[in-house]
Amino acid sequence: MPLDNVVFWVFAPVSVASAIGMLVMRNAVHAALFLIVNFFTIAVMYLLLDAPFLFAVQIIVYAGAIMVLFLFVIMLLGIDRGDDVHEPLIGQRPLAVILAVGFVLEIGLALRAGIGFATRAPDGFDVVNQGGNAQALATVLFRDYFFPFEVTSVLLIIAAVAAMVLAQRKSRAITQAEIDEHRADLDALGHTNPGAPKPGAPLEAGGPR
Amino acid sequence: MRTPIAYFVMLSGILFAIGSVGVLIRKSALLIFMSVELQLNAVNLALVAFSRMNGDLRGQVLAFFSMVVAAAEVVVGLAIIVSIYRRRATVNVDDARELRW
Repeated sequence: MPLDNVVFWVFAPVSVASAIGMLVMRNAVHAALFLIVNFFTIAVMYLLLDAPFLFAVQIIVYAGAIMVLFLFVIMLLGIDRGDDVHEPLIGQRPLAVILAVGFVLEIGLALRAGIGFATRAPDGFDVVNQGGNAQALATVLFRDYFFPFEVTSVLLIIAAVAAMVLAQRKSRAITQAEIDEHRADLDALGHTNPGAPKPGAPLEAGGPR
Repeated sequence: MRTPIAYFVMLSGILFAIGSVGVLIRKSALLIFMSVELQLNAVNLALVAFSRMNGDLRGQVLAFFSMVVAAAEVVVGLAIIVSIYRRRATVNVDDARELRW
C-alpha cells in the first residue's frame, strides 16, 4: 500500500468523525474544538494533493485565525451553556439527515458516472509546481487573476470597517459637567486632592501639576 | 499520487452533507455559522482535488480566493451575531422573528 493511501485512510475517518462530533456536541466550545481538528485533517488532504501553500494557509487562516475569532466570540458572549434542543418544526431533524444521506449518494453516483472511482491524478504535477508551489501559485495569481486579487483587498477593507461599525457600542463624550460632579462627589467623601484643580476649572493640558 | 481523485471528492461531499445537516438542525447562530464554515472547507477540498486532476493551478487559486472571502464573511457574520446578542441576550435563531409575517 503506497504511503499517500495510508495517510488518506488514516485522516479521512478522523475528518468525518470530527465533523460528526461538531454536529452532535451541545457545548459550543467543544464543537469549535472538533471543527479545528477537522480543519487540520483537511490541511493534510491539501498536502496529499500537492498543494503545500494551501496547507499552510489552511492551518494559519482557518485553524488559527478564524477559529480563534469563533472562540473569542463564544467566550465573550458566554453562551457555552449548550444549544437549545427544542425543535418547533415536526420532523425537521430526520428529514435533514435523510436529505444529507441522499446528497452523499447522489455525489457518489455523479462521481461514478463522471470520472469513475479508479481515476488517479496524472503524474507530472511537479512541472506545474516548478520552482515551488507558492511561486507557481503567485505567477498564476498575479498574472491571470490580478484584478480579482485587488477586488479582494477592497472586500477585506469593507469587511473590517463593517465589523467595527456593527460591533461598536454607542458611546458619547464625557462632558465637563460630569467631571465636575465626579470631583464634587470625591470632595464630599473627603478624598481631597490638593493638586487637583478647583471644580469648574477647565482641564489643563498635561494634567494636574 | 496513487489515491484516486474521486475519494477526495467523496470525502468533500460527505463533509458538505454533514455541514448542511448542521445548518438545518442547529439552533444557535454560532453553531450554524460553524457548519457553514465546514461546508466552505468541503468545497475548497473539491476544488483542490479537481485542480490536481486537471494538472492546473487555477483550482488552487480559486480555493485561495474562497478562503479570503470566507474570512471576510466570518468577520461580518460574527459582528452581526454579537450585535444580535447585545440586543436580545440570546443567539437562538428561533427568537429572531421580527421579519416574519
